[in-house]
Amino acid sequence: MAGSTPASLTADTPAAAVVAPRKNRPTSPWQEAWRRFRRHRLAAASGIVLLLLIAVVALGPFIWPVPINEIDFAAKLQGPSWAHPLGTDDLGQDLLARLIYGGRISLAVGLAAMVVAVVVGVLVGALAGMSAGWVDAALMWVTDLFLALPLLPLLLLLMYLFRDHFKRLFGVEGGAFILIVVVIGGLRWMQVARLVRAQFLSLREKEFVEAARALGASKVRLVVGHILPNALGPVIVAGTIDVAAAIIAESTLSFLGLGFPSDIPTWGSVLRDAKDYLDIAPHWALFPGAAIFLAVITINFMGDGLRDALDPRRVL
Amino acid sequence: MAEPLLDIRGLKTWFKTDDGMVRAVDGVSLSIDRGETLGVVGESGCGKTVTARSVLKLIDMPPGRFEAGQILWQGRDLIPLDETEMNKIRAREIAIIFQEPMTSLNPVYTVGDQIAEVIELHQKLSRKQAMVGAADMLKLVNIPNPERRVHDYPHQFSGGMRQRVMIAMALSCQPKLLIADEPTTALDVTIQAQILELMQEMKERFGMAIMLITHAMGVVAETTQRVVVMYAGKVVEEAPVGALFGDPRHPYTQGLIRSIPRVDRSAGRQARLESIPGTVPSLLDPPPGCRFAARCRYVMPACTQAIPPLKEVAPGHKVACIL
Ligand SMILES: Nc1ncnc2c1ncn2[C@@H]1O[C@H](COP(=O)(O)OP(=O)(O)OP(=O)(O)O)[C@@H](O)[C@H]1O
Ligand code: SF4
Ligand SMILES: [Mg+2]
Repeated sequence: MAGSTPASLTADTPAAAVVAPRKNRPTSPWQEAWRRFRRHRLAAASGIVLLLLIAVVALGPFIWPVPINEIDFAAKLQGPSWAHPLGTDDLGQDLLARLIYGGRISLAVGLAAMVVAVVVGVLVGALAGMSAGWVDAALMWVTDLFLALPLLPLLLLLMYLFRDHFKRLFGVEGGAFILIVVVIGGLRWMQVARLVRAQFLSLREKEFVEAARALGASKVRLVVGHILPNALGPVIVAGTIDVAAAIIAESTLSFLGLGFPSDIPTWGSVLRDAKDYLDIAPHWALFPGAAIFLAVITINFMGDGLRDALDPRRVL
Repeated sequence: MAEPLLDIRGLKTWFKTDDGMVRAVDGVSLSIDRGETLGVVGESGCGKTVTARSVLKLIDMPPGRFEAGQILWQGRDLIPLDETEMNKIRAREIAIIFQEPMTSLNPVYTVGDQIAEVIELHQKLSRKQAMVGAADMLKLVNIPNPERRVHDYPHQFSGGMRQRVMIAMALSCQPKLLIADEPTTALDVTIQAQILELMQEMKERFGMAIMLITHAMGVVAETTQRVVVMYAGKVVEEAPVGALFGDPRHPYTQGLIRSIPRVDRSAGRQARLESIPGTVPSLLDPPPGCRFAARCRYVMPACTQAIPPLKEVAPGHKVACIL
């Protein structure tokens, strides 16, 4: 609703009176959502913080070109200083450089795992939502089965079983990345699938889908062109929260030593190395912990903001 | 006589539900000639929408199914056609507009995009040409500033305007038949008249036939040439509009006509608006014999024996009643 028009006026005036566009500029539902998102202070602020974080890990190595594995025993376990803004670890390696490097991995894993989860979830949900009967029943049965699996033990087991195999196929770092992304994404698509199915079940009965079908749109066009775009709102929200969950899952794996190889720093593995020195070098654990916390909480706040912005029932 | 444009013969569209078979359309025959406006009237739930959707094969199967009959479109039966073949007929030859203009447009696209999509789908045109076509269609249905409004989203249009957009979409490929399923029921009275007038205008321009489904007998009297009266999944009377209002034969039709509010009469003399007592019987297990028997003031024992067939009582005037 345009800022100058009180909501009650538009609701009460007879239809004919509202013929004139409320704004000169057409507003698409996406523009409308973006406007509402910006009004959500916490989400907007989180978005800015997250963008800064991404900029730091993306551009950091150019601004702070310190090697991640330069061992300097003379400077080991030092607190923050000008030479090492975030201090050093037990081998005297620079923590800022290691956390920048680790942040790239953690954020990339989070995004990639989300993409896997969303793609699988949308496919399963759309298929279930469009096909009534036994296909739907079977797909939902599989979804419920996955939801019933104990995630962490399964994650650990899969990592343990396939780690060497993937290392041989895609190299040390690449293999670990692909395996982690596939495993985390492959265990997190169920929420998206359920959401998409529910959306499809209600959207397929909507008059505009019927009208498009009556005017000759094929089934594929109905699904991709008319139903899916209207189902995306909740998927975006779920996907956002999935990024945060995947970052936590990756950190957990690395913390338990089943993530990336131990010489590659990620936020989780730095935290793991730090845990034995909590009493003498608390900064070592504090910074990776803070990085995980900051990334996860800003992403979740953004998810909240997106939920409000994309909720069609909510008129702001 | 020339072959009718659309010829529905003995159509039965049934729905299988948990409670049993719903005989929503149970042996309907009707035909529409080129350029003709046919009215289809009847109370809620008597199968008008199912008939209309059957013609475009928009019935979900299951639970629906064509139990019997033919839908001859220019002599060719549509029932055996698959979805791909039907998509060549939809919009290009037969188009339909629904009752709910508020929700019949996709909220995430501009109206121009939606009209252009239909044009693009059926004609070999570029997006740009299709958008020009979309603006032309908006202009044709009397939407002010069409070049600008093609870029507006559905929520920026009122109900009446959206129904105009729906008409523009439906007519964008110049179909030979427009099925309008209660196109004005959801709109307020002044807008209703405008939409009906627009349909009339479009009909004169494109020369298409119209199948106008409605509850409102008044609308039928003003806009159609021939009328089919449906009751509980069956056609009970079919007549030219003059004969139907001048000499209604079926007790149900008589009841419908008596229930029309008449402005001219109510002013001076005391006029009572009659409604037909009772409701449409369940289509689940329809009673044997005439389906109107339970509500008919002339009912006789013979009425419940067998279903009265549709008989011609005057040229072009058919009635299904034993009277
Ligand atoms: N998918 C379906 N499953 C079961 N029954 C159905 C289905 N679709 C329609 N029906 C039944 O078919 C009957 C006829 O419905 P229809 O919508 O054609 O009536 P109508 O004459 O268009 O009424 P209205 O004036 O209210 O639009 C109704 O009793 C309805 O319950
Ligand atoms: S057949 Fe009998 S019950 Fe049916 S409409 Fe005629 S008189 Fe009435
Ligand atoms: Mg209807």
